[in-house]
Amino acid sequence: MGNLKEIRVRIASVRSTRQITSAMKMVSAAKLRRAQDKILKLRPYANKLHEILVNLSQSLAEKQAENIYGRISVPEKILLVVITSNKGLCGAFNSNVIREARRLIYEKYPDQHRNGNVTILPVGKKGYDFFRKQNIKMLPDSSDLLNDLSFNNAVIVAEGIMKSFVAGEYDRVELIYNQFKNAAVQNLTDEVFLPVETCHPDESEAAMPADYIYEPTREDIIEELIPKSLKIQFYKAVLDSFVAEHGARMTAMHMATDNASELIRDLTLEYNKARQASITNQILEVVSGAEALKG
Amino acid sequence: MKVEIITPDHRVFEGDIKSIRVPGRKGSFQVLKDHAPIISTLENGPVIIVDTEGQETVFEINGGVIEVKMNRIIVLAESVN
Repeated sequence: MGNLKEIRVRIASVRSTRQITSAMKMVSAAKLRRAQDKILKLRPYANKLHEILVNLSQSLAEKQAENIYGRISVPEKILLVVITSNKGLCGAFNSNVIREARRLIYEKYPDQHRNGNVTILPVGKKGYDFFRKQNIKMLPDSSDLLNDLSFNNAVIVAEGIMKSFVAGEYDRVELIYNQFKNAAVQNLTDEVFLPVETCHPDESEAAMPADYIYEPTREDIIEELIPKSLKIQFYKAVLDSFVAEHGARMTAMHMATDNASELIRDLTLEYNKARQASITNQILEVVSGAEALKG
Repeated sequence: MKVEIITPDHRVFEGDIKSIRVPGRKGSFQVLKDHAPIISTLENGPVIIVDTEGQETVFEINGGVIEVKMNRIIVLAESVN
């Protein structure tokens, strides 16, 4: 009988776990829908703006015009913006980003790392918690951004990064984040934020940049357009990661719910078997007792 | 000549057109076929599109930027009323 009770208790506990995971799945699905809407609408705008920016900074490079965001030097001082989530329970979402960040540090920038010139800017608690324990320079984390993600809040962080790039504190800024593809798939992305890249790798027109007329003046355009585009790019990265997080969590919780259901099925089968066995045993005892009495 | 008008919220317009008039920072200007490449910031004001059938469409935009390059026009507006 002890075994029976044990199984009963386990079934009950798995059942309540399933209830929780399935509720979390619902919550993530709702949040995902809302956030997904935002990113899908922002994307074309951000992509076009980026395209214009690439064209612009390319023709600027031709003319050797001053572009404070396009300063290309030997990357000595690196800033890695690691975008993770504040909460866990979303599968490999965070560990993928962290693994990529570590790969960059130890394989792409080992010399800079040795000289202590690699800095991490964590956006999201999970990345912060991980890199806090490592021997790597780190800026104060901007995890609050994820709690209240709006364009204006993202701009504050982006402006901070841009300011320190212009001031020469960093030569290169890269964003590492999960790009949202669909609810089940996230693309791990490593993107150069600054300096503004001057050529598109897969564009044939890149060979002959257009000779643009700038209105009102080139300086005004640079002053206005480049920071705007960078802010949009940064916001898009954070938003992408935010949407991907909910997608990842929804998928993870869906799996967990499925697993729980399967476990309940197995346990129920086991429970029924054990119950039947104990009934058979009891009958056997009664029958053999009666046989013995007949003598 | 292809044009796209995009805001952060949605794609407002996409298609073939004959001409487009936009509120540039230095004054309103019109873009016709084979216009020289230009990048200009835009003020608040009307964007007037004439499509291939001569039909006029007007969008009121709140600031933005236009890029014209090889008969491809992109208007990025902050918002459209």
